[in-house]
Amino acid sequence: MSAKKSERMPEIPGYAFPHRHLLGIADLSPHDIEFLLERADDAVSVSRAVEKKKVALRGRTQINLFFEASTRTQSSFELAGKRLGADVMNMSVGSSSVKKGETLIDTAMTLNAMQPDLLVVRHHSAGAVELLAQKVGCSVINAGDGAHEHPTQALLDALTMRRHLGGIARRTVAICGDILHSRVARSNIILLNALGARVRVIAPSTLLPAGIGDLGVEVFNRMEDGLPGCDVVMMLRLQRERMEGALIPSVREYFRYFGLDREKLKLANKGALVMHPGPMNRGVEIASDVADGPQSVIQEQVEMGVALRMAVIETLIETADRLDQRRKDAKPGKGAKA
Amino acid sequence: MKPLLITRARLVDPSQDYDGPASLLIEDGRIAAVEKSASKMAAPEGAETLNARENLVIPGLVDMRVHLGEPGSEYRETIASASAAAASGGVTSFVMMPDTSPVIDEVSLVDYVRRAARDNAKVHVYPCAAVTRGFEGRELTEFGLLKEAGAVMLSEGKHSIRSALTLRRALTYARDFGLLIAKETQDRDLASNGVMNEGLTASHLGLAGIPREAEIIALERDLRIAQLARGRYLAAKISTSDAADAIARYKQAGADVSAGVSINHLSLNENDIGRYRTFFRLSPPLRAEEDRQAMIAALRDGIIDVIVSSHDPQDVDTKRHPFAEAADGAIGLETLLAAALRLHHNGEVPMMRLIDALSTKPARLLGLEAGSLKAGQPADLALVDCDAPWIYGEEAIRSLSKNTPFEGARFSGRVLQTLVGGRTIFTHSA
Repeated sequence: MSAKKSERMPEIPGYAFPHRHLLGIADLSPHDIEFLLERADDAVSVSRAVEKKKVALRGRTQINLFFEASTRTQSSFELAGKRLGADVMNMSVGSSSVKKGETLIDTAMTLNAMQPDLLVVRHHSAGAVELLAQKVGCSVINAGDGAHEHPTQALLDALTMRRHLGGIARRTVAICGDILHSRVARSNIILLNALGARVRVIAPSTLLPAGIGDLGVEVFNRMEDGLPGCDVVMMLRLQRERMEGALIPSVREYFRYFGLDREKLKLANKGALVMHPGPMNRGVEIASDVADGPQSVIQEQVEMGVALRMAVIETLIETADRLDQRRKDAKPGKGAKA
Repeated sequence: MKPLLITRARLVDPSQDYDGPASLLIEDGRIAAVEKSASKMAAPEGAETLNARENLVIPGLVDMRVHLGEPGSEYRETIASASAAAASGGVTSFVMMPDTSPVIDEVSLVDYVRRAARDNAKVHVYPCAAVTRGFEGRELTEFGLLKEAGAVMLSEGKHSIRSALTLRRALTYARDFGLLIAKETQDRDLASNGVMNEGLTASHLGLAGIPREAEIIALERDLRIAQLARGRYLAAKISTSDAADAIARYKQAGADVSAGVSINHLSLNENDIGRYRTFFRLSPPLRAEEDRQAMIAALRDGIIDVIVSSHDPQDVDTKRHPFAEAADGAIGLETLLAAALRLHHNGEVPMMRLIDALSTKPARLLGLEAGSLKAGQPADLALVDCDAPWIYGEEAIRSLSKNTPFEGARFSGRVLQTLVGGRTIFTHSA
């Protein structure tokens, strides 16, 4: 099932991953993306082995800082860190001082004083993770900031696609549903464009951000128009709590026109992959039989999530070590990390 | 049904841009052939013949704004009574506004209207669905499903949409389904407790006025939002020159906006209110004569797209009150064409533009198979004696409600016969 070697980018002599943080796909070059996907591909075998623990990050500390509730992403990051041998601590809003009025920056400074090696941060405001990254000394992974980016989700989606399709270039991917509120959509659009895919978005006009057509996508308002010719159909979660009646009239109407059922799926290419970042609303954006059907790779996306996050965590920490070493070498006499 | 050959007609059909002698052959409810000359068309075997005697044959009128009492206030007007009134006025299709009890905001209610119309109406009755549930201005109705059920348009009826955000979302979402949103344009806060046009007449009568700005401000807002949302917007009935100017400006800029005017605002002005005559209490209020003239000019120039009857049956329980306490509204299905023909007789609006505004243009805005007598189209048409003088008396009113501002009016031009799907549904008995 692994991707064919021929589809891979030629290795660049002397290439080294250049980023200390992973804040968004927009910061990555196609080579950076390929590098992470390659590494994640190898990490899959770790997750599938009986003995899942590596020792690469023994003694390192990873803090998962989630200002927005999450089960899937947080546990995926936790598992990834633990399988690499790191010590992982989870901090969520409910149990933190944020509720007592502490600002984001103060929280960051406090955590930074505990000398972690990696912060995994999710926040409900776009740009918050980047702000935090400027204030701490360790590597930061954006686990979702508002409707801005969710880079590890886009990478794990790409990994899943690549393993099934052999490659991503020239494939046609439809991202369907609530594009307006979706950080997953934004990260995917950037990533898929970087790797040469043809990207479509299909949504009612009320769920499309302004100027979306200029992001390198084809825009459709009807599944019947947008699905034909697609190799991948990626459904997004309808954030019902935010929109019933206001942006779309009802779940019933939404499912009728934008929900992926067997009939609509037939319009896409034969064997097209069905993806969903989860959590799913069955009967809202996707029919149960499609979600559990033979074309669905939704469960596999979850598996790839752990492998991909292992690759990202390991890469960032190695990079940070390398960059710190270089700085230390450049300024002899200044002490290293205490 | 036997084929029907209409001979010696003067056909006025804006869809063919034709005004001249013609014969029309009707088969299976549709126009089978049109002979655009004075020469006779050969009648097929067994066909009936109708000699039009040089009278007008026009595509049946399409009225985009008709209020009914069914469901909820059937004593004011039923689908059946309105359809009889429409037939006598040459109206072969009308859009029924959702201001009923209950409000038409559900698929099942649209379905109900369609069934009731199928069983009881002689003319085509098309439901218009509410934009928001219960006219509350918050949650959108199911535009897609409502359209599939048979709704041809969306409107809040006599209500406005206060929230600019809701209007933006509605216009944006409706665009995906190609639906037109028709909206009244009166700022409720500015109109306040006004009951007629603000000005000297209102001051003389001691009645609270509604400034023209109440319409202009609301319309300007709507037009901006329509342009932002790139939606299909119809200003349902405008009444002021500035409103017409605004429409012209946005059309010029390429926005998908259109405008309607009620026959009342083309025919009457605030002075007709006289001594507190409540049948002349309308919304928007009758304006000054200059505004009426401006409406006619805008109609002639195509800035105003359509004429509506704004048929609104009100009974004694809502109209027999002091002016300030009476309800707005007037009936109009029966007099729509006759009153409009005055503009032709006065040389104010050419016949072709009039029929376009009454039939072809509204059909096109709604995407209906109507408003045209080209071969292949449904044989929905009216035979009209353009010059026949008559007086509209109360005893002749077919509507269940009698609140007409044209009682005792002298008209030139009346409908002789109305056909829907090739079948005669109304014949004037001389």
